[in-house]
Amino acid sequence: MDEIWWIILLAGGLTYLTRTGGHLLLARIGSIPPRLDAALNAVPAAVLTTIVTPALVSGGWPERIAILVCIVLALRLPLIVTVAIGTAMVAFARAAGF
Amino acid sequence: MTETTRSEIRAALRELLPVLLAVVPFGMVYGTIATAEGLSFAQTMGFSATVYAGASQLAALQLIGLGAPVWSVLLAVVALNFRHVLYSASVGRHLHRFSGLQKAMAFFFLVDPVFGAAEARASVQPLTKTFYFAYGCVLYVGWLASSALGAVFGSLIDDPARYGLDFILPVYFLTLLMTFRARSGFYPVALTSAAASIVVYLTLGPPWHVTLGGLAGIAVAALMPPKPAAAPAQGEDRHG
Repeated sequence: MDEIWWIILLAGGLTYLTRTGGHLLLARIGSIPPRLDAALNAVPAAVLTTIVTPALVSGGWPERIAILVCIVLALRLPLIVTVAIGTAMVAFARAAGF
Repeated sequence: MTETTRSEIRAALRELLPVLLAVVPFGMVYGTIATAEGLSFAQTMGFSATVYAGASQLAALQLIGLGAPVWSVLLAVVALNFRHVLYSASVGRHLHRFSGLQKAMAFFFLVDPVFGAAEARASVQPLTKTFYFAYGCVLYVGWLASSALGAVFGSLIDDPARYGLDFILPVYFLTLLMTFRARSGFYPVALTSAAASIVVYLTLGPPWHVTLGGLAGIAVAALMPPKPAAAPAQGEDRHG
């Protein structure tokens, strides 16, 4: 069989293992101690942050300013409105040649 | 279809819409590059259907193009996808309405936006199978369809960056992140993760900034003194 197909099947299987692994590990432990529960409650805040930081580091000033503006907007506006404003800011800044 | 089912589906699709606007061009970029790297149409689609994680698919393509050995391609895929271990540990606690088989399917769909949407939903009301699978299935079909579009009409979108499409996902995840700000320890956790991920991003480089930066924030949450007011052991979703 083609090497590519092996990569596709093995990479798919390994990725599925990462998507079930955390839950299976917890199921083996049984009850969740309070500190572990607190740690798991922090997963969204901890991991979603790391997906955003590259835009702050390797983006230009339009991206950095848009990120900071959207942090403030997200406190007040619905999600989709904030996303639309942030994206429009960056698109306009790029069209203006920044 | 009951009224509840319909409203759960509507809620899922409303949440999904901005994500699809970003995922479709991303899928098309993947399909285009996969074809350019010499993958057949079946292989291009097979990759999207089995792995279903865009960044790791692109990294794998790059390594395949460089002639890297199979094991190093797989290592890169696992490194990029390791964050899902944390997702499944956290989301698994909200799936008590799901049967074993439904859980097995739910974890297959557990990509970044699904994780964020499911956690945000579980914070305010019980996470239903209808909401989860409506969101997950439509996003999966969108990913497959956009991969196919990219493979067939490679150059349809001339330059996604011109329209700011590459910025939708970061700003979407940022906005989603802010919806968790009521959780205890949000700011210490998020700021620690931000600082740690920036340091790792600039030193070790991606993809390690995700896992290591995330673990730094999680460690802060685990080490903080537990709040006496919050019912700690069961998590917030058990009330509903």
